[in-house]
Amino acid sequence: MTMDRRTIPIAPAQPSGRSAAFEYISTRKDELIGWARKFSIFPYPFVTACCAMEFMSVSSTPYDTDRFGAALPRFSPRQSDLLMVVGTVSQKQAPVLLKVWEQMCEPKWVMAFGVCATSGGFYQNYAAVPGIDRILPVDVYIPGCPPRPETVIDGIMQLQDKIARQKHAIVTRDF
Amino acid sequence: MGAEVFDRVKSRLAAREEEASLVHGILVVNLAPGAVREAAGRLRELGFDMFLDVTAVDWPGREPRFDVVWHFYSTTDFVRVRLKARVPEASPVVPSLTALYGSAAFMERECHEMYGIGFEGNADLRPLLLYEGFVGHPLRKDYPKEAEQPLVPYRD
Repeated sequence: MTMDRRTIPIAPAQPSGRSAAFEYISTRKDELIGWARKFSIFPYPFVTACCAMEFMSVSSTPYDTDRFGAALPRFSPRQSDLLMVVGTVSQKQAPVLLKVWEQMCEPKWVMAFGVCATSGGFYQNYAAVPGIDRILPVDVYIPGCPPRPETVIDGIMQLQDKIARQKHAIVTRDF
Repeated sequence: MGAEVFDRVKSRLAAREEEASLVHGILVVNLAPGAVREAAGRLRELGFDMFLDVTAVDWPGREPRFDVVWHFYSTTDFVRVRLKARVPEASPVVPSLTALYGSAAFMERECHEMYGIGFEGNADLRPLLLYEGFVGHPLRKDYPKEAEQPLVPYRD
């Protein structure tokens, strides 16, 4: 018996139990990736000023950013995905900061650590950049001069929330 | 302890120039810009072997407008001497001391970019802390504090 090509059976309209679960998961890909990414933040500390002391404090054992998966600093921008700008950025440094940011691979986030990176702080003069958001897109701002470690941890957690809620460019139709 | 050193310095510097006085334990000698080079040479002979600082003071509205200030330290007598010279805004030029003190070169560069003071004899007055293309002298009193000269164009 020859089979007409048009009568080749196709998959039934009612999915079986297993593929239903798969289809549900496929609507949650962004959350899955966000969950994975938010606990594997590799910071690049661009440390320029006194906020560095607070950065050391928050990285060390009593506060321990490792709890958030964000403790291992990479000293190459190409291996990192969070640019932590810690301290005042001068106009002369701005091209360097921009180049570091441009060298980072996607996905990447930027944290303005302390009031100088956020807005220039109490500097309004010929030398200081009035906030790094003049030259970079910033994801999370941490106020304080310097910020308390708790504030930094709050900032990291807010960034984690942001990452978890994000649409991730890696999620395409073929993923 | 420094009294006899100061007397010696005074006798060799101030006798030929304007007044000298003791301010907060530092001997302050006011002199004309043209006499600075020779005075520094004499200080060097008197054992003031450390060049601490050269900077300027802006007095807007005063004529001549700028004070240029040098500090010297003696590592044998442990005393300091300050030289002060007034220069006008029209030609703010003083002699360079790089031939006597090598460390003066960078400080003169900084003073040059921040106050616009010229140092005759210092061939390398490129910007030190500022960058190429910076317009104006930011530590002058008439430089607006909110003026920005960014190297990277700002985002909108």
